[in-house]
Amino acid sequence: MSGFVVENRIRDKEESLSRPELTALQTSRLRKTVEQVQQIPFYKNKFAEAGIAPEMIQSLEDLQRLPFTTKADLREEYPLGMLAVDRKDIARYHGSSGTTGQPTMVAYTKNDLKTWANLCARFLTAGGLRPEHSVQIAFGYGLFTGGFGLHYGVEHVGASVIPAAAGNTSKQLMLMKDMQVDALVCTPSYALTISEFIIKNKIPRNALNLKYAHFGGEPWTEDMRARIEDEMGILCFNNYGLSEVIGPGVSGECAMRDGMHIAEDAFIVECINPKTLEPVAPGEEGELVFTSLSKEAMPIIRYRTRDIASLNPEPCACGRTTVRMSRITGRSDDMLIIKGVNIYPSQIEQALLRVEGTAPHYQIEVDRPDRKDIVSVKVEMTETSFSSSMKEMQELRERIDRAIQTVTGLRMNIELVSPSSLERFVGKARHVIDHRRKV
Amino acid sequence: MKLKQLSVFLENKPGRLRELCALLADNGINMITISLADTEQFGILRLIVSDCEAAKTILEAKGFVAKITEVIAVEVNDEPGGLRDVLQVEDAAGISVEYMYAFTIKSGENAVLLFRFDDMDKAVVALKSAGFKVLDRVTLFQHSEN
Repeated sequence: MSGFVVENRIRDKEESLSRPELTALQTSRLRKTVEQVQQIPFYKNKFAEAGIAPEMIQSLEDLQRLPFTTKADLREEYPLGMLAVDRKDIARYHGSSGTTGQPTMVAYTKNDLKTWANLCARFLTAGGLRPEHSVQIAFGYGLFTGGFGLHYGVEHVGASVIPAAAGNTSKQLMLMKDMQVDALVCTPSYALTISEFIIKNKIPRNALNLKYAHFGGEPWTEDMRARIEDEMGILCFNNYGLSEVIGPGVSGECAMRDGMHIAEDAFIVECINPKTLEPVAPGEEGELVFTSLSKEAMPIIRYRTRDIASLNPEPCACGRTTVRMSRITGRSDDMLIIKGVNIYPSQIEQALLRVEGTAPHYQIEVDRPDRKDIVSVKVEMTETSFSSSMKEMQELRERIDRAIQTVTGLRMNIELVSPSSLERFVGKARHVIDHRRKV
Repeated sequence: MKLKQLSVFLENKPGRLRELCALLADNGINMITISLADTEQFGILRLIVSDCEAAKTILEAKGFVAKITEVIAVEVNDEPGGLRDVLQVEDAAGISVEYMYAFTIKSGENAVLLFRFDDMDKAVVALKSAGFKVLDRVTLFQHSEN
């Protein structure tokens, strides 16, 4: 583990307002946002259909009366149907990474870019970034919001950026070592690839000056954090965001690392049951829904993220009063239903990380050759897990089998495969191949 | 008196074994003997080669997982009862075989049995005190090249 300690630091007063102060701020911003979206034909029509006039929205409770916005809506309005301002006022465009099909475009005014950079600066500061640090950004730069979002966030703090971009792991390590980089920004899957490279090439820990990392762009697990921290000797912080809402900066962890603080002055968060669309109780898992409060180019109302998490309204020991969200435990749409059991790929990862000697590189294949679902999990062998003894190899398979059964309640067909034979990811990992969907 | 054996994980995929053999051949590594333990899903290939360390490096560079383990090579007469006699000694010493394989030396008269026992050190002592010829690397290779 790292000896590095993050001292608690709060950047903006908006992070620690009293609940009445925050409610007042959110209410006035919500009313303004509702006015703004009247410029967007999509919302104008939706409001009309629901029989809602902007002036009917007076309090935060009234938000419940507003219609949801879904990914499908954004696809239909592709490319720029959701703009609330004139195109000449747009300073930058980004796009969703298109993990689930056709991309959607998002836009920012100059003010939006400032707001965004500041939101990123907040969670970066909360997670240890100081002006004297240098940060290597190994996120893709491009339409994906991760690269540019974090880039300007780091600059906003006054720290320095090494825009390494994703991929070319040996070059990443060269930069990290030669530039004595303090912090790394990338996806957790890519961090695993980097860590694997360090181990394989026997790069001594003291050759690097890396102290902490900020991971985002995809869901990961607490077990994965423990593994990366142990292997790399750094502290890892989680942050969350999605392009439709703003990009990274929606929430991030503080030094307590007990949930991600949502920037509530910029977004209203709801947690709903994805089936009934009713709010779930605090602490209960549900789908996160966000309404933007300070965006100009593309304000968004009740956007259904499909991300499953829970909310914790308790004030945090760090002094921030904002609500905290848990890790994303899955998506309401990539959830696999196997033999009637709901499975998230992250559960397999969690199971594998509990088995000594296995690498968290895996692929799930689901098929239904006749009428029964068959799930295979391909797991890569490592030098530590491989043994010349068949008995020990069978035991390894059994341990993996049991771990998966404990976590998911299902028996899966465990296939041991050669190391590095599964695809490596520099961006978001794709862990599931579902042959049943082809039908 | 133990011998280095190279074990390689073989994914159950067509051409994997051929690929491995080609790699060793191209690099001038000779196989003295080879044994394959297989299941429906994967195999463990066990090899005695002319240069164990080099073979491991070559295979790992091409994405194989390989491990060097120790085995004991015992020379016995190539006649009925050769293996039984060895096993009697080990049984008496309370040692179990984890796996084994065998080959005959070119010169013809003797067979070499390769063992992995649960207690390797004890096994060597037991075999030697019973008068068995436990081969080291040099003698094994000399034999096989004759």
